[in-house]
Amino acid sequence: MDLDFYLSTMWSVLKALPLTLEIWFFGIAFGLIIATGLTWLRASGYRLGEYFTRAYVFIFRGSPLLVQLYLIYFGLSQFDFVRHSPILWPILRDPMYCTIVAMALNTAAYESEIFRGALRAVPVGQIEAAKAFGMSAFTRFRLVTLPIALRLALPAYSTEIILMTKATALASVVTIMEMMGTAQKIQHDTFRPIEVLTCAGVIYLLLNLSIARLFAWVEYRLSPHLRPPPEQSQQIKPVPEVL
Amino acid sequence: MSANVAAAAQAASSPDDKAAISVKNLRKCFGDHEVLKGISLEAHKGDVISILGSSGSGKSTMLRCINLLETPDSGEVRVDGELIKMKQSRDGRQMPADIRQVERIRANLAMVFQSFNLWSHMTVLENLVAAPTHVLKRPRAECLEQAEALLKRVGIWERRNYYPPHMSGGQQQRAAIARALAMNPKVMLFDEPTSALDPELVGEVLRVMRSLAEEGRTMLVVTHEMGFARDVSSKVMFLHKGEVDSVGEPKDMFARPPTPQFKQFIANFNK
Repeated sequence: MDLDFYLSTMWSVLKALPLTLEIWFFGIAFGLIIATGLTWLRASGYRLGEYFTRAYVFIFRGSPLLVQLYLIYFGLSQFDFVRHSPILWPILRDPMYCTIVAMALNTAAYESEIFRGALRAVPVGQIEAAKAFGMSAFTRFRLVTLPIALRLALPAYSTEIILMTKATALASVVTIMEMMGTAQKIQHDTFRPIEVLTCAGVIYLLLNLSIARLFAWVEYRLSPHLRPPPEQSQQIKPVPEVL
Repeated sequence: MSANVAAAAQAASSPDDKAAISVKNLRKCFGDHEVLKGISLEAHKGDVISILGSSGSGKSTMLRCINLLETPDSGEVRVDGELIKMKQSRDGRQMPADIRQVERIRANLAMVFQSFNLWSHMTVLENLVAAPTHVLKRPRAECLEQAEALLKRVGIWERRNYYPPHMSGGQQQRAAIARALAMNPKVMLFDEPTSALDPELVGEVLRVMRSLAEEGRTMLVVTHEMGFARDVSSKVMFLHKGEVDSVGEPKDMFARPPTPQFKQFIANFNK
C-alpha cells in the first residue's frame, strides 16, 4: 500500500473541502428559506397555494437532482431573456451559483414535506390548550406549535441534510473542483481509482458522521421530555398530601 | 319562569351579580348530526355546576362552545354579561366576529381537559407561566412566584421541574388545574377531568376540585363523578340527546329524579 500516495491524495481532496462546505451551506440555507415559504403556503389554506406547492414537490422531488442541475446550468442559458437579464445571467452563468440554486430548489421540496408532516403531527390537544388559554395565533405558533414541530422534524431533517452533503458531489459535473471534482481529476491523472475514491469516500463519511453527531446532540438537548424521567437518585421527596 | 324573572331583576339591580356565564339557545351540528338542540344555561358567581349526561349527549360540545373551541351554529354566549360577537362567514356558517375579543374572553375562562393537554416540551413550571406572561403580560417573576404557590397547593411542587410525560396522570391533571388557576380565571371549565385517570388517581384530582369549589370559584364541570356532582356542586344539569333534560339542586335531583331519563342515568351508575 502506497501510504504517501494516500496521504497526498487525502490532502489534495481535503483542500477542496471548504468549497464543498460552501456549496453545502448555501444550498441548505437557501433551501430552508424556500422550504419555509412553501410550508407556509401549503398551510395557509389558500387553494392556489396548495396546488402550487403540490406541483413544486411533484417536480423537484420526482426528478433527479442531476437533471435539475443540467437544466439550470445548460438549459436556462438557451433562453435569450435569461442571457440578457441583468439579474438572472450573473447567477446562471456561474456553475457555483447554479449548483447552489439547484440544490436549494431540490432540498426545499423534500424539506417542505418534512415540515408539513411535522406540523400535522403536533398533538391537537396541546394546540387547543393554547387556544383555550387565550393565546393569539402567533403566540400559539411560537410557543407551542413551532417548538413541538421542530423537534418532530429534526430526525428527518438531519437525514435530508446528510443527503445534501452527498449531493454536493454532483457539482463536479458542472466543472466545479470541490472534493469529488478534485478526486476525479487526480484519478484521471494517476489512473488509481481505488485509492483516490477511497480517500474521497472516507472524507465524506467523516463529514457526515460529524453532521449526524451534531444533529443527535441538538435533538438530545431539545428533547428532555422524551428521555426517561430524572433518576430517583436526585433525592425526589415523596409527594405530600397538602390538601 | 318566575325564578328567571327574579334573576333578571336581580341582575338589573346589582350589576356585579350578572351571570358569569349565560348561554342561550345553543345549537351545534356536526354534519347531519345535531349535537346541541338549543341549550341554555346560566352560571352565577360561585356556582359549581355539574353537567351530566351519557356519552354523545353533547355535554363536552356545550362546554367547548362556551370558550369557542367549537363554534356554535346559533345561539348566544355571554361571559360576565359580555356577548361574544358572531358573524356569518361566506359559506353561511357562524364564526367569531372579533378574534381578539374571543382571545380576551378565553383568558378569563381557564379550561381543564380530559387528557390534560399540558405542553409536553415545557416543564410544569413553564406550563404554568407561559399563558400568564404571554397572554396577560404579567411580569415573569410574579408569575413564577404564583406558579410555585399554586403547585404547592395542588401538592406537586416537588415536580415543578419535571416534564409532563414524566408524571402520573393524576399529577398531570393537578398541574393542569394549577395552570388554569395561574390565569386567575373568572370561570373554570372542566371537561371530564377525571375520565382519563386510573381509578386510584381520581381521588387526588377530585380533592383539588373540591377545595376550589369550597373557596367559591365559579366552575362548570362536565363529569361522570356522581359523588362530586351530588356532594360538591351547587347545581346539576342533565343533558339528554342534545337537550337540557333537567336542572336542579343536587340533593333534589338525586333524591327525586325529575325525569325518567335522569332516573335511568343514575340507576346505571349505581349498578
